[in-house]
Formats: sequence, structure tokens, C-alpha cells
Amino acid sequence: MPTNYNEKTRSIEDLELMANTIRQDIVKMLEKAGSGHSAGPLGLADILTALYFDIMQHDPKHPEWDERDLFVLSNGHCAPVLYAAMANAGYFDKKELSTLRQFKSRLQGHPERKSLPGIENTSGPLGSGLSQAAGMALAMNMNNESHRWIYCVTGDGELNEGNIWEAVMLIAKYNLHQITTIVDRNNIQIDGTTEHVMPLEDLRAKWEAFGWHVIEIDGNDVEAVIDACAMARAIVEKPVCIIAHTIPGKGVDYMEYDYHWHGMPVGLADVAGAPPVDEQAKVALKELRTMRGKIKNEHGHD
Amino acid sequence: MTDLHLLDHKDWGSEPTRKGFGRGLVQAGEENEQVVALCADLTGSVQIEPFAKKFPERFVEVGIAEQNMVTVASGMAHQGKIPFTASYAAFSPGRNWEQIKTTVALNDQPVKIIGAHAGLYTGPDGATHQMLEDVSLMRTMPNMVVIVPGDSVEAEKATRAMAKDKRPNYLRLARDKSPVMTTAETPFEIGKAYVFSPGKDVTIVANGTMTSIALQAADALFHDGIDVEVIHCPTVKPLDNATILTSVKKTRKVITLEEAQINGGLGSAVCELLAEHDPVPVIRMGVKDQYGQTGTPEELIDHYGLSKKHVMTKVHEIAG
Repeated sequence: MPTNYNEKTRSIEDLELMANTIRQDIVKMLEKAGSGHSAGPLGLADILTALYFDIMQHDPKHPEWDERDLFVLSNGHCAPVLYAAMANAGYFDKKELSTLRQFKSRLQGHPERKSLPGIENTSGPLGSGLSQAAGMALAMNMNNESHRWIYCVTGDGELNEGNIWEAVMLIAKYNLHQITTIVDRNNIQIDGTTEHVMPLEDLRAKWEAFGWHVIEIDGNDVEAVIDACAMARAIVEKPVCIIAHTIPGKGVDYMEYDYHWHGMPVGLADVAGAPPVDEQAKVALKELRTMRGKIKNEHGHD
Repeated sequence: MTDLHLLDHKDWGSEPTRKGFGRGLVQAGEENEQVVALCADLTGSVQIEPFAKKFPERFVEVGIAEQNMVTVASGMAHQGKIPFTASYAAFSPGRNWEQIKTTVALNDQPVKIIGAHAGLYTGPDGATHQMLEDVSLMRTMPNMVVIVPGDSVEAEKATRAMAKDKRPNYLRLARDKSPVMTTAETPFEIGKAYVFSPGKDVTIVANGTMTSIALQAADALFHDGIDVEVIHCPTVKPLDNATILTSVKKTRKVITLEEAQINGGLGSAVCELLAEHDPVPVIRMGVKDQYGQTGTPEELIDHYGLSKKHVMTKVHEIAG
């Protein structure tokens, strides 16, 4: 039996530093790849850090450990943050991150279960992850496994998909409360803000009307994510949806809140207010490394 | 030649293929406790009901939500289950093809997609429900096995075989009764085609409800002096190349016969094989790039040129 990876508890400060490392990895990966999504992965770094380094029971050296909790990434275009979290957790060598989106890489443009051990579901086309989480939970119930948890991250734009609400109804019907759904509420999608493209509000009321318990948090606060997931595990009478308010492009000033960075990598897009393309990665990495100037004696190099 | 234990025409029975699926699923459930079933509000119609009654704890009712049905099944397969999902073929795989591709086939989970009420035997329900594109759609999907059983007894065997197969599978079923030609002893193996009637002049490759029509046509043609070999080809993918090529080597003339769109189905598969390995004249019979309409199965089979007399005409044409 593999040991529980998360018996090693980390302080909140350590976790915040890990999230920062993951953000730097994302910027480097995307610059090298020359394509891919920036805003969502940067915004999700704190949530993925909380899950992979504190909340979930898993063992990076034994990805198939049958007692593990399951992480289902429904919005597969946020693959860079998943790969960076997995590499930092020890699923594979961090050097491999630089192969993102390259021919024959295990780090496919969107995650593929058969390509990389530790990926639970193939995703990219939106709206399917929550249904897969539902199926996993139904099977666990049939197998009398009540001690395993499933964490499913969805985008907010992804909630435009009808398939999501089919899953929302089914999970409430069977009260699959071992699923905690985390909605990355960053208010952007490719064509603009979510409220412009297809209004989601009142989002909380929608989930509640479907029979879910809703917790709203600052999704860029690692401790808040950990606390909300702990509360979600304690609530058994309903499935729990955590609406995690995040800042798209979090940690990189010129990207934050700007929907133009949804589907763009650093170092390619000439977006108003951003540095010249060949400076973008450097500026972003310096900002992340110094934690926006909070660390004064910075003399690192890219 | 192996005895296939087929019934004489005079002893043929009559039953919808979906009934055989219903029986096969219960047997598969008895044989393996990991077999589970999901349905989208058509439990009785698609014959999931016997399983759901016998194993209520292994049955999931997803409501009218076919996209959800197959993706939930994908998640169950992830945790070791062997899920059978059933709806009308017009909705699954008609509506949820992308979810099947991404979460089942590319994701390599052994989900079993059951498309009931496919083809012209859906009769009075009309064009919206007469799914004719399912075979073509599913055949293009890498990692997917496509099975079109010839009768209810074979559908029963196919269902049990699918439960043991590690790949994603698609099974096509019909609504109305069709002839039962095979018996419990007739062999069935995924990926195998069977020479149901040996001959030397013309090869007919057929499946589904059309195999019985091919056999009837072959009988009548024998009296016209044409010796037709009928190959029943229930697995469209992977195709049994050897059985087809062996027959064609002898006859040099081929007719394909299916109750589905002529583009991309069994006929296309056979033509692709022959074009690359043994190009010979072929006539493809199927629904010719058209939608169906309301009518009895017999009226529709006749209207779309797939009756015994149509087959006989085409055989005469190719036999010269």
C-alpha cells in the first residue's frame, strides 16, 4: 500500500510559494509551446496547489493507487496548470514540462488519460467532466467505497454547456455528495466576459435551485480553498458546489482580468497594455518571482 | 464447412433484435457483477427493463439526457464497471457522438453503446427516428467496435460477447420484428463474418435485418441458375477481411446489402477492402443518401429498393 502523499503537511506560506512556482512553470511552458491558454491556468494555480499538495489523498509514485481521491479537470484547456501541479507533486520530472504541445509529448494540448499516468479523464470539449465524476461516484457507491472523494474543476464559461446541467441534476438525484465541484468563476471566456457572452448570474441561485449546497470563496486564497473543501466533505445531505472567484491571469499584472488572454500564450499576443511580445515572459516571470516586488533582493535569472 | 446450425427458412422465427439484447444483458449481468446499465427514459422500449428489475442496484436512470448517459458511463468504467448505455440510435450516438469520441473511445473506456430503433424497421416513427447514419458515424471512430446483429438470437450472443470485450463497442438494434435465422448453437464472435449460404457465382455481404433478405434472394436465384454466396457480416468494424477476400477470390462479383446510409457503412467498408486488395465489380445496396419516412418496414424496404426482388435484380445485373 503506498503511503499517503499528503501526510507531509505544508504551511499555508509553503503552499503559496508552491502556487507561485506553478505560475512560473505555466508562463515558461506557454512561452516555449507558442500556443495554449494563459488566463485560466494562472487563475487556477492556488486551487490546484490546494488540491494536489494538501486536500487530496494520492500518491504521485503510484498514480493507479486504488484508494486515491480523484481529480477531474472538466475544462481541459487549463491543462498547463494541471501538468505543472502534477510535475511539482512528483508525477514526472519537471523537465518534461517544456515539451507541452510538442510532437510526441505526453503533455498533449488537452489532457489525455492514455497519454500520461495520473490523468483521470480525457477532456477538452467542454461540459463532460462533471458527468464523468458522477459516473465515478456511482461506481464507488456500488463498490461500497465511502472514503474516497472526487474533486471536479469546471470553468464558468463551460457552464454554457447543457451537458453540465444534465450532470448537475443527476448528481443531486443520487446525492453523490462525495463529489465537490469547484467552479472557476473568473468571469471570462474566449469571446469576452461571461455576462456578455451568455449571462450566468444568479449563478449561486441556479446551483441551489438544482439541489446543491453552494459555498463562495476567494479562489486565489489557498487557505480558503482548503477550508471550503473540508466543509464540503462534512456536508452529506447535498452535493457541494464551491464557486471560487478567481482572477484570470492572476499574478501577472498585464494579464489580470483581461479576457484577451483566455486563449493566448505569453510571448505571442500583441494585447493592448501588455509589454512587447518578446518581453512578455520576462516581465511576467520577474513579477511572479519577486511576488510583485514584495521580495526586494531579487537577482535571479530566467 | 462448419455447421452453423441455421434454421431452414420454413422454420424461421420472428422477433425484434432488441429482445435478444434484453435477454443477453441479463445473462451478462449474471455472468459478471461489474456489468451495469444506464438508460435515458426508454427502459422498456430498448429492453433494459429485465436487467433493471433483476439488478436495480446496478441500474442508473439518467433521464432524457443522452450526452450525460455516455459520459456518466465513462466515469463508471473508470472505476471498473462495464456499462451498457441504451437509447434510440437517433439520440445515442446521434446526439452524443462527441461525448462518445472524447470520453469513451479516445479515453479508452469499455463503454457499450446500444443504439435501438435504428434503420427502416423503426417504421411509422418516421425520418427523425429512423437512424440511418449510425454505422457510418461509429465506423469512423478509432478504437470503436461496430456490431449489427442479424437477428435477436445473435443480438443476445453479441451482448454477452461485448461484456467480455475490453474495447468500446456499438451495437445496432431494430424496433420491429425481423426473421430469426440462427439458433443457440450458431457461432458468434466479434470480428467474424460467416458464410450463411455457400455459392460460387456472386458474393452478397449483408448484415442486420438484410441478411434474411439476402438468404431469401439467394434461394430464389438458385432456381434461376445463379449460385449466390451469402456472407453474414455482423461486425462492420473490425471487418473480417479474410472471409470476404476468400469468397471474392472465387466469385469475382460482390453485392453489399445494408439497411443504413450507403455512404460510409458496410458497403463502404467492403469497397475499401476490395479496392486495396482485390478490385472486383461491386454493387452497393442501402439507403441512397436520403432520409426515411413514415411507413411499415415492408413498405419502406420496398420503397428504398432493398427488398428480395430488388436484390435479385441486382444479382442478375452483376452476374451478367
